Amino acid sequence: MTQLSAGEIRIALIGAAAVAAAAMLPVFDQGFYLTLSLNIVLFAALCTAWTLFSGPTHYISLATAAFFGLGTYSVALGIDVLPFPVLVAAGGAVAALLAGLVGAATLRISGVYFVIFTLGLAELIRQIVSWTQVKLGASMGLYVFTDFSEAHIYWMMLALTVAVFATGWLITRSRLGFALQIIGNDEQVARHCGIDTARLKIVLFMISGAFIGMAGAILAPRYSYVEPPAAFSPTVSFLVVIMALLGGTRRLWGPLVGVVPFTIVMEFVSARFPNDTPIVIGLAFLAIVFVLPDGVLGRLEQLRARLRRSRPASPAAVAAKEPA
Amino acid sequence: MTAPALSIVGARKSFGGLVAVNDVSFEVEKGELFGLIGPNGSGKTTMLNLISGALEPDAGEIRLSGEPISGLPAHQIARRGVARTFQLVRVLPSMDAERNVMAGVVFGGRRLWGAEARDFARELLALVGLRGREQVPVAAMTYIDQKRVELARALGADPQVLLLDEWLAGLNPSELAIGIELIETLSRQGRTIVMVEHVMDAIRTLCGRCVVMSSGRKIKDGSVADVLSDPDVVQAYLGDDDDA
Ligand SMILES: Nc1ncnc2c1ncn2[C@@H]1O[C@H](COP(=O)(O)OP(=O)(O)OP(=O)(O)O)[C@@H](O)[C@H]1O
Ligand SMILES: [Mg+2]
Repeated sequence: MTQLSAGEIRIALIGAAAVAAAAMLPVFDQGFYLTLSLNIVLFAALCTAWTLFSGPTHYISLATAAFFGLGTYSVALGIDVLPFPVLVAAGGAVAALLAGLVGAATLRISGVYFVIFTLGLAELIRQIVSWTQVKLGASMGLYVFTDFSEAHIYWMMLALTVAVFATGWLITRSRLGFALQIIGNDEQVARHCGIDTARLKIVLFMISGAFIGMAGAILAPRYSYVEPPAAFSPTVSFLVVIMALLGGTRRLWGPLVGVVPFTIVMEFVSARFPNDTPIVIGLAFLAIVFVLPDGVLGRLEQLRARLRRSRPASPAAVAAKEPA
Repeated sequence: MTAPALSIVGARKSFGGLVAVNDVSFEVEKGELFGLIGPNGSGKTTMLNLISGALEPDAGEIRLSGEPISGLPAHQIARRGVARTFQLVRVLPSMDAERNVMAGVVFGGRRLWGAEARDFARELLALVGLRGREQVPVAAMTYIDQKRVELARALGADPQVLLLDEWLAGLNPSELAIGIELIETLSRQGRTIVMVEHVMDAIRTLCGRCVVMSSGRKIKDGSVADVLSDPDVVQAYLGDDDDA
């Protein structure tokens, strides 16, 4: 468990090469392709961070917009006072704090309530921020002036994405990752082995939320004017779920398989049919849930398993469903 | 005088109108191999669920070496040294034997990690008779081997009290002999074990003392020889004897 396997080294090398190539992109293009690539890297960070929590726990979080918006606002509020890296860290910390509170309040109850609670929470926070701004100042939004070009933002987002992947990989090699694997097999057995399943889920939700908050912070300079409807847009929450599920959440790099094609197609759709974009998102959501519930990767693995001829169902898998 | 390894005082648990465990009390001494018997549906598994924290008692108290544990969440009870197996074997189906046992080793009493955890898991697999089978996926194992894995996982926590829920059930006669010997070995190593069992031969061979439950109540406790010849106990088992 401490030694690197040949497979892990190979993946690390491929990943490093891909990151190096991606980092070169702004050298060749500062226009359309950079903008598109920034979107891809942004959603790669968001979807992978989301999957850190939702993959192993199967809880669907719609709080992405809340964490993201808090990150954006940490930058918008502090940009004249504090250095940018401090604000990114603060955005992550505030989001993690919120995730901890939400987790403590809801993760002991069933998954359905969790989905609804997180959706409502994101909306509530948006309303509170709007209300506070209207009360305190005359304007709805805040200005974010920095010296960052789009290429800078792109590089920072790329670095964040690498950090998300590195964290996910470290988790799988840690006690936390082993505990999550046990919980995924049989939560009751996990508890009787001494695993505090509730606390673990909260910790994971906080890690996931922190990265989403940092992504929101890094993206803030892209818009020189920040308003609640954009920063806390529920569309972000839904897009993240759609893309992550499209790719598949059973592996760390699963969401990437969804993010890259989906972002490119969406770019195309929103340019060609700007008014119909929400409809396309809705249809994509339905299609994924019905046609690819385990994502593209899950589907590919199923097909591969079927090719290898299905193995008989194990008695253990059946017994695990029985109550104690 | 030291406190008993386990004391149950007036434990009670009901499901709706059904009182599955009704004012049950008993004590298990350190190092004892203690039997918990009774007809089907008499509340044995529920009793183990109360001890291990899978269920919270409605009333009464459960103490581990004198410390109250009733009301604590299951993972805390596990960390304090209560490990269990399940009546219907529950292995971690996506993992191999070694990882299954490591689940107990890593998060239980010793909290080992890495090579140390793996070595201890291998030691335990050898103890339960699975030497050389470490990398076999448990889903591909036979029922008895899965039971062995589950037992090794429970031992991995290095428990103060080990709860076995019909660990011998479903074994064929030759496997049964092996199983009885294994439990005897564990007991000789000084472990405190509470075993729920329908196999009376095993109870007679292994246990010094036992309690008998019937319809949620304790109807008898004492030495196995006395208990099994008691008319009330024989009556409770009449027509419901699973003696294998
Ligand atoms: N979670 C539960 N909800 C409702 N009723 C339950 C539950 N668990 C057990 N019971 C009921 O409580 C009673 C005692 O069950 P328990 O499983 O403890 O018996 P047992 O002595 O272990 O029986 P067996 O020898 O068949 O394993 C039974 O009538 C059972 O149906
Ligand atoms: Mg039972």
